[in-house]
Formats: sequence, structure tokens, C-alpha cells
Amino acid sequence: MLDNFINLYHGFYIAGDPFNILLMVIGILLGVIIGVLPGLGGANGVAILLPLTFSMSPTSAIILLTCIYWGALFGGAITSVLFNIPGEPWSVATTFDGHPMARSGRAGEALTAAFTSSFVGAFFAIVMITMIAPLVAQFALQFGPAEKFAVYFLAFASFVGMSKEPPSKTIVSMMIGFALAAVGLDMVTGQLRLTFGITELLNGFDFLIAVIGLFGIGEILLTMEEGLEFRGKAAKIDPKVVWKTWKTLPRYWSTSLRSCIIGCWMGITPAGATPASFMAYGIAKRVSKNGKNFGNGEIEGVVAPETAAHAAGTAAMLPMLALGVPGSPTAAVLLGGLLIWGLQPGPMLFVEQAEFVWGLIASMYLGNIVGLILVLTTVPLFASILRIPFSIIAPVILVICAIGAYTVNNNVFDVLMMMVFGVLGYLLKKTNYPLAPLVLAIVLGDSAEEAFRQALLYSGGSLGVFFSNGLVSSIMAIGLIAGLWPVISFLISKLRGSSAQPA
Amino acid sequence: MKHLHALGLGAVTALGMTALSMLPASAAWEPTKPVEFIVPAGTGGGADQMARTLQGIIAKHDLMSTQLVVINKSGGAGGEGFLDVKSNKGNPHKIVITLSNLFTTPLATGIPFNWKDLTPVAMLALDEFILWVNAEAPYKTAQEYEAAIKAAPDGTFKMGGTGSKQEDQIITVAIEKALGKKMTYIPYKGGGEVAVQLVGNHINSSVNNPIEAVSQWRGDKVRPLCVFDSKTLPYTDKIQGDLSWSSVPTCKSAGLDVEYLMLRGIFMPPGVSQEQVDYFVNLFKKVRETPEWQQLMKDGAFNQTFMAGDEFKAWVEQSEKTHKGLMQEAGFIAGN
Repeated sequence: MLDNFINLYHGFYIAGDPFNILLMVIGILLGVIIGVLPGLGGANGVAILLPLTFSMSPTSAIILLTCIYWGALFGGAITSVLFNIPGEPWSVATTFDGHPMARSGRAGEALTAAFTSSFVGAFFAIVMITMIAPLVAQFALQFGPAEKFAVYFLAFASFVGMSKEPPSKTIVSMMIGFALAAVGLDMVTGQLRLTFGITELLNGFDFLIAVIGLFGIGEILLTMEEGLEFRGKAAKIDPKVVWKTWKTLPRYWSTSLRSCIIGCWMGITPAGATPASFMAYGIAKRVSKNGKNFGNGEIEGVVAPETAAHAAGTAAMLPMLALGVPGSPTAAVLLGGLLIWGLQPGPMLFVEQAEFVWGLIASMYLGNIVGLILVLTTVPLFASILRIPFSIIAPVILVICAIGAYTVNNNVFDVLMMMVFGVLGYLLKKTNYPLAPLVLAIVLGDSAEEAFRQALLYSGGSLGVFFSNGLVSSIMAIGLIAGLWPVISFLISKLRGSSAQPA
Repeated sequence: MKHLHALGLGAVTALGMTALSMLPASAAWEPTKPVEFIVPAGTGGGADQMARTLQGIIAKHDLMSTQLVVINKSGGAGGEGFLDVKSNKGNPHKIVITLSNLFTTPLATGIPFNWKDLTPVAMLALDEFILWVNAEAPYKTAQEYEAAIKAAPDGTFKMGGTGSKQEDQIITVAIEKALGKKMTYIPYKGGGEVAVQLVGNHINSSVNNPIEAVSQWRGDKVRPLCVFDSKTLPYTDKIQGDLSWSSVPTCKSAGLDVEYLMLRGIFMPPGVSQEQVDYFVNLFKKVRETPEWQQLMKDGAFNQTFMAGDEFKAWVEQSEKTHKGLMQEAGFIAGN
């Protein structure tokens, strides 16, 4: 472990070079802009800029690219909070409380909480990487299809069990999501499913299209119905909002710590940031004193998912470097970059390219600090966007959404789909069906199904494979408890015969 | 760019339907706007890596007057990308890199396209396949592994591979036929994932391309048993201990008579002129001379055969027949 610190010290020396610091600032600013425009997510941003970096040293190049990535993560929180449009799957949970806060005039507070939590989560994960990098890679190897499915199962189950809405509505919404996720190529048999011979459906339903429609367009429709007024109008521009929010944040240290741990764990297991953010939110809602107020603008509901998502996103860099398996589309593009610079990610990277790896890890520390300072100074600026009259801002959002939907696959059909999802989102909201399970199912449905079927292929059809070793059994058991929680807690309260509230 | 006309055949032949081909024969064609480079596969895979390397090389050495933009269209096992190219008749600002899904996707899914709908440009290289096992596995040679498969009941040994009814599974079926024993084939999304699953002992073997597993080999986590080619690989740089790509025996010499190479080629939309095709053939000839490309070939132990024109067309035709035969035997054709 001491070696790690010596290496890290050397890494800081490389990352602290003025040119590299300048690249960090440029990267973060570009990233924030990319993150704010839905559709032009981090992966696209990194892919477009990748060729520009070929003339730099690999360390400088990866610093620029990872900083774009951090910037995009920070930027994604901005649209989630202000307009209810999550730019990335893991920002969805941030909208639940972040957007209601913005609507009640507390956008500055919500943004400060989101940014600070991202920073805390990422920082925690980097410290973990510094200390136990080699062990972590070893742990990730334990994950075969059965273990992966168990993690997905846990994410879905905890959503059903921990949800505020009636479990039946959550399940219905989730099932719609699974059905949509099934469209396209079935990876296991190599056959097309549910495409009805329509070539536009070959690719299935992209998460981004669904989310831009369900959340962004749906929100605009609702607002229009309620009187063409953006209720964030009351937002006061207060340059001191950052300090004021910071004073309240330490109160939520236990939520932060819990979310950090969930995030790191989910990041190392290949499940990633999306289930991490949902789980952290779900558990915080269950555990917190203010749990009942979640969904109406509770600051803790912003802290929990943001912390977990960023801890997971950062922790996921480790399997990429040590095993060569990208945890996200952005990571995949970065991986392509590494190969072009002649760096082979894999078990030997830490040994053969120690300078590069520790330079990168040091740049994660510095990049996040630089990023936090940059985005916090912009909080009052972004919060003031909500003061623009709705009749002006709504068409702008619509156009940006349409462009975003088009950019995903360069396809006009997707813009139409976005509109359809918008109407669907409006209808579901009107009838009080939660949207989050639907989104979760679209994002993870494919991977969960794939892992499930791979595991069954392996076991020759026996379900016993999901309880075949300590790791997979314990994850499945936690999942079952989480999923059946409403039943369990009902039984407990019955047994006690007390006034404990059934969930 | 100026010396382009030297290579032009000076003849604008048969394809007179497009307006662009009406240009005077002497003015060599050059792209006038950014060229879209379609990758009919996801980000991070072998085809994507090659396309992005090409993009980098062309930008770095200033080989093209406009930009080359990589776009992934992976839907429907790449069918989305091929259909996009097919429907862009006469558009010279679009090229596509192919893998074996050029043949396997229409056969397995029934998506309506065939390589004849596209204009063949050039073969850039052929990708090799190697039989890998976990480094801790007791099998030191292909013979030992074959014997173990033969001795166990059907389906005992698990082979992991990329996708379903594509190259990896075709090779697996060929191995099964050669050994007279069934294996359990488990499909994964990408080659890198397969390699990690092998390291984690969740599968018994894989047929990863060299570049997908080389880093795990370097770390002594996996062991190559044999290569599915007619001769051993020419690359002698040491990778793991004293071993290099050239020390991996051919599968045929190990009693496993299976050969398979995957096309990494470039195609254009239908209805483009010969001059436009020639432009790209020439472009990729220049790319092949750069040190970056040489490095990629070496890292990935590629077979560096280059072909264009009729020779390439004939090769593709032959390869399509081979795939049809293999897939028919394996029962992979749509509707069966």
C-alpha cells in the first residue's frame, strides 16, 4: 500500500503540470456544455474529441478526456434539476427531488447539493482506488452471468419493495419497460424480436429517446396544462446560496457515506452507476426521517443518488483499466483511445505503465476539485435560467430535445418516438404511474435478460445456479428480502399489533 | 492529394447513372464534405477500434482533405448500418467497415441486404482467431484440451463467444463437428467481456481474436492453444515469457482441422463511380504505409492481405459461399 502512495505522489507531479491543469479546465468546461445538451452525452463528446488528442502524450490526452467526462457528469445534473431532463441514465434518480426543488424556487440549493455530492462520491471512490486497486480487480473477476443477474435483480427488487407508489403500479410500469427493452436483436439467439419488419426498430428503443420524451416532453405537456407558467419563477439569485447549502449538508453524512459504499460496490461489480443511483435513492427514502417527503423536493433525495452515481462511475474506471472491460459507453470510447496510444488495458497496465495509471488517478483527484470549483461558481447563473418566461424557454427546450433525440442515431424516426414517449409520459403521470421503474427497466432490462439466459445456458437450465455459491446466494437473498419488503414489514407490524405503519 | 490522377484508371466506366460520374475523367474525384464512416457494431469492439484508428491515422497524417466521422450503427447485429449504406445509393461520402456480419446478419436474421447491394472497395486485413483457455487450466496443448472434450459428456465444456450465430459460434460448431462432441456455447456482447469471463473461469475456452485477449495473455491469465489459420503467425515479438504469436501452433497441426479468418474490409453505397472507389482504395493504400497502422497489425497479429477490385470481389463471393455452407449445416439460417 505504501508503494501506492509513492506512486500517487509521483502521479501528482505529472498531473500538476500547468499544461495538464489547463487541459483540466478546458475539459471540464467542454464537458459541462456537452452534459447540458441532452443527446450529446459524454460518450459522443469524448468520441468527437478523441482524434484531437493523438498529438498529445497519453497522460495529457487521458486527462483531457476524463475531465470532459467529469464535466459531462456535472452538467447532466443541471438539466435534471432545472428541466427534469436527465442526460444520462444515472441522472434519472436526481430528477425525483431535484426538479421539485427547482420548481419551488430552490434550484440553487438543489444544484449545490448535486454538485457537492457528486464530488464527495467521486472522491470517496478515488481514495478507495488508491488504497485497494489490485484487490478490487480480483473481486470483479468473481462476476459471471449469475452474479451479474443477481445484482440486477437486487436493483429491480429494491425498487419494487422500497417504492412509495403501490407495488402493483411499480410492477406494471416496470413491465412496460421490459417489453420495450425486448425490442430489437435478441443477443442469445441472434434473432430479431418485436420489430414487425420495421427497419427503424432494429436498434430497439434507445434509453435517451425514452427519457427525453418521458421526462422532458412529458413535463412540458404537464406544465402547459397547468397554466403556461414555470413555477421556478420565484427563484431568487443569491450568490451566497452555495455557502448556505453547504452549512446544511453535513447533516446528511450518514446518507452520503451509505451512498458512497453502495456506489463503489456497484461500480466494481459490473452493474454500474444506474442501479447504484436508484438503490441509494430507494434506501435513503426508506431509512431517512424525512422519507415520506421524498419526491416533493427533499435535499437528501438529491444527495443520495448523486453521491452513489459518481462513486460508481469513478469506481468503474478500475475494472476498465485492470481488466479491459468498459463499464459505460464513454469508458468504451476511452478504451479505444488507450489502444491507439499503444496502451493495452489489462492486468499488466498497472505494472508496465505505472506512470500513466498513477498520473490518471492523480488527475482524478485534481480534475474533480477543479470541476467542483468551476461548476459551483456557475450555480447562480444556471439557477437564473428559470426566471426566463415559460413561453420562451419551452420552445427552446423542445428544440434542444429534438436535436438531442436526432443525434443519438442520426435518425428522424427517433424524434417521432420522442414525441410518442412524451405523450406516454404525460398519460402515466396523470394516472399516477411512476416513470422511474419504466426507465430502469429500459436501461437494465436487456443486460438483466442477457445475464439470466447466459447463466441458464451455463447451468443447463437449472435455476440452482443463482444459489450456487456464497456471493450469488447472498445477493439474491438480499434482493428477495428487498422485493418482498412491503409484505415483510406488514407482517412485522401485524405481529407487533402496534401502530407501526404498514408500507 | 495532387498525385491522385496518376493512379486513376482514367476511365469512368459503366456506372454512368450517377450525376457525379459525369465529371470529366481527368479531374480525379475528391470528397467535398465530411465522409461518414459507418461501423456496423458497437463501440469498443474490433471493428470499432480499427475504424477509430483509421480515423486517427487519416487525421494525423492529413491524408484526406475533409473529415472522416465514425458513426456506430450496431442495431440488428449491424443490419442497421448496412441498410443505411444500401439506401444511400450513389453517395460517395459514406463508407462502411465490415466484419463477418456482412454475411451472417442477413442469413441469420433475414434483414434484407446482401454484400452485392454494396460496392466493394478493399480488404484491409484479415483477423485471426485463436483457441484460448485459462492459464490455470491443466491443458498445455490443443491436443490435451481436445482429448478432455472428447472424454466428457456432451455440453460439459463451455465455449464463450461474441454474439449469436456469428463468427465465434460458427467456429464453435466447426470444432464440435471435428471432435464429434457438443459444447455449450454462451454468447456475450463483446470480445473483451469474453476474455474476462475466461480469466474469471466462468467459461472453459474462447476463440477470441488476438487483440481481444493479448493483454490477458501478457499478464499470464490465459493461454493460447492454437490458431485457426493454415500457417503460424509471422509476428516474433515476445509477449509472454519467451512466447510470441509465432509460437502458437496451427489448429490443423494439432489435429483440429478448422480454419477461419474474418474480413476487415471497406465497402461503399451502391451506384458510386469507379473513380470514387479508386480514391478510397488509394487512401487506404497510403494508410497501410503509416507506422501507426503497422503497429496495430503487429499488436493484433493481423493477416495483412490487401485486395481491391475484381480480386477482392471474387474473394468476397467465395467467402459468402463458405459462410452459407457453414451456417446451413449449423442450422443458423433464418426461417429454419
